[in-house]
Amino acid sequence: MTAAGSPSPVPLLSMDGITHRFGPTAALDSASLVVRPGTVHAVLGENGAGKTTLLRVAFGMLQPDAGTLRWRGVVTAIASPSEALRRGIGMVHQHFTLVPAMTVAENVALGERGRYDPSRAAARVRDVAGQSGLTLDPEARVGALTVGAQQRCEIVKALARNVELLILDEPTAVLAPQEAAELLAWTRRYADSGHAVVLITHKLRDALGVADDVTVLRRGRTVLATPARGVTESDLTAAMLGEDASTVRAVRAARGVMAGPVVLSARDVRARDSRGVERLRGVTLDVRAGEIVGIAAVEGAGQQQLLRVLAGRLRPDAGAVVVPEAIGFIPEDRHHDALVLDAPLYENVALRDAAARGGHMRWDVLREETRSIIGSYDVRTADENSSARSLSGGNQQKLVLGRELSGGPAAIVAENPSRGLDFRATAAVHEQLRLARDRGAAVVMYSSDLDEVLLLADRVYAMHDGVVHETARDREAVGRAILGGALPSGVSVP
Amino acid sequence: MIRVVVQTLVLLAVALVTLVLLLLATGHAPGPALSAMASGAFGSSYALLSATPVRAIPLALAGLAVAIAFRAGILNVGAEGQLLVGATAAACVAALAMASPGLPALLVIVAMLAAGTLAGGLWAGIAAWLRARFGVLEVISTIMLNLIAHELVGYLVRGPLQEPTRTNPQSSTLVEALHLPVLVEGSRLHAGLLLAIGLAVLAWWWLRNTASGFRLRAVGGNASAAASAGRVNVPRVVAGAFLTSGALAGVAGAVQYSGVTFAMYENFSPGYGYKAIAVALLARLNPLGVLVAALLFGALEAGANAMERDAGVPNVVVSVVEAALILLVVAADRWRARTGNSTRE
Repeated sequence: MTAAGSPSPVPLLSMDGITHRFGPTAALDSASLVVRPGTVHAVLGENGAGKTTLLRVAFGMLQPDAGTLRWRGVVTAIASPSEALRRGIGMVHQHFTLVPAMTVAENVALGERGRYDPSRAAARVRDVAGQSGLTLDPEARVGALTVGAQQRCEIVKALARNVELLILDEPTAVLAPQEAAELLAWTRRYADSGHAVVLITHKLRDALGVADDVTVLRRGRTVLATPARGVTESDLTAAMLGEDASTVRAVRAARGVMAGPVVLSARDVRARDSRGVERLRGVTLDVRAGEIVGIAAVEGAGQQQLLRVLAGRLRPDAGAVVVPEAIGFIPEDRHHDALVLDAPLYENVALRDAAARGGHMRWDVLREETRSIIGSYDVRTADENSSARSLSGGNQQKLVLGRELSGGPAAIVAENPSRGLDFRATAAVHEQLRLARDRGAAVVMYSSDLDEVLLLADRVYAMHDGVVHETARDREAVGRAILGGALPSGVSVP
Repeated sequence: MIRVVVQTLVLLAVALVTLVLLLLATGHAPGPALSAMASGAFGSSYALLSATPVRAIPLALAGLAVAIAFRAGILNVGAEGQLLVGATAAACVAALAMASPGLPALLVIVAMLAAGTLAGGLWAGIAAWLRARFGVLEVISTIMLNLIAHELVGYLVRGPLQEPTRTNPQSSTLVEALHLPVLVEGSRLHAGLLLAIGLAVLAWWWLRNTASGFRLRAVGGNASAAASAGRVNVPRVVAGAFLTSGALAGVAGAVQYSGVTFAMYENFSPGYGYKAIAVALLARLNPLGVLVAALLFGALEAGANAMERDAGVPNVVVSVVEAALILLVVAADRWRARTGNSTRE
């Protein structure tokens, strides 16, 4: 784990032993990163490996619990993003922080002091954009720009503060392939002019195509720091997935033999997200009664839309979908999509089938059902009259699970079902999904944690860029497929 | 239940203290002012049977309108405009009926109320359509529609609806046969009271016990959960609630016209539609609570008039107390929600 490259000038940024905890879990566990001037530096890792957290520490958004940060060789504490900008560190986040109603020039000037002079601001944007080789119209309204142009606006915003180190968080995730290639080429040119770029990504090809140095994080630790030259995709995959790849494989035998008739099916399905970007580009899959099908994917591969299509919550633009009438849906964001927080538990249970109900509400029946869910799903609460808000996250999830599973639905769609839950609650959720499967339900689940998918699923589909491939239940094969280095189904890695 | 009663008593005590402090601050002796107010609100059979309840009726009906909309998550602040067009529609029906005498009075009365209901619903429907079609915030559109309704009334009472003598900018007076029936001989208390009570009970029962009422509350509580977990057609529920709300405000106008003013004129409503928001909030959006809150406001207004007349205290003092009540209720709600969270988690 030495600094990359030959004995070089003082690194621009060097982070050592950085630890950061969110509650009891360590997002960063003594991670390190050394960025040399004049380089593009790729930071790689699976979902949750700590990539973004580490660079947020560098940008002053998070304070490390331990470790040292050196800026140009001097130990420095960066207390806030504005201090980071003052010192020359800029960051473009995955979710943009632009004001859509304002022009590019106004957005760039935002957060600065003094008088705003439109023509001077526009001239400055033209200056910065021209010097750095980015095409951008300073007078354009940001809301009317393409995603690629909005990203250029974010970059110019950082460059206008004279940053020397530019951090880009998953910059190509939102871009079309052509735009992505242009952006990567630009980072190369920008680094060659003496600056440094940190590219947070989980796309191996992006990293190897453009980076000088690569740092790989796994579970909050730096597991590989090396010049990019001479490194292969499989070196990086091995580092990202780790040694445990082979051990998980043997945990459970497949149960596919039990599977019955096809309950859920999709044929060549296409769908868009709320912004109109096509997220499903021809998905075909089947889920049978009595099996758990796992969807493995990195963020933004289209799994959100796929799960909603399968749950009958999103109408596809094209393709055929077969979805049963009785279907349980466990969305990732229970506060937003599953619960009315201020309503009592029995009303939250009544929410299921709310559209189909007519006439009177049978509150006595619904209260009774809620009491039975509270009992059999071990929801810790005073009684069925408590508000959903008064429950802990784990108990809220158990209530949602109980609501969606009771009544024996033919199919269940679960999205990150253990998100934010502790160990015991997670185990309870897994147990309930398995029980539902054993009762003969067709279960589809997605988790951003690959290990959770492998643990639960009888069959696995790897999803990448809007399409799915059935893949062997093998951590390495699935890991490769979701990162875009797709192997033919079932081929094992030597 | 007991907690609600205690809270209400505390609120009233705070309101009373506020009023006393205001009276002292403005240099009025609290004793005579308060006694004038009390006798104006409750002190005589006239106060008890006319002054207070008659003021409460439009506030209750329009308050129900606001409460239904707010329960569905729709910020309909346009009850004023919906009430005005409701009254105008009733006045139009009345003008037609008076032009062709001999129609059964009951039929005409029902037609007036129906026209008010329909007109209020349609007026709210404009805002509902703007929201559904273009995403126009209803807070903006309903306020704008209030202004338009006010101007519309101004035009009509100077034009097509003006009395035949063309002396005053007002419609001709409703003949007595077409007045809403008076409930107690010798008082001004009209049948609108029964309508308000009936509709409040109905709304309360509907929200609580029917599937469509539950859907409305679920959409108001968390629209995306209603859509995702309950597969509720949210735009349809929102549109339905918006129209219902407008219809209630519209009938409030028709009732006020056929029960109290008997004529249409520019300043027909002294802000009933806006006070209704206060009434609904004070009732914490509970339809039965709306009845109580409307009576309280009716009493405050009747008392304020008496206080101004008998003790020379400007009635804006009472407006300040009303506003203080609203702030207290809203603050108490927030506070309860916050502390509820922190102790339970």
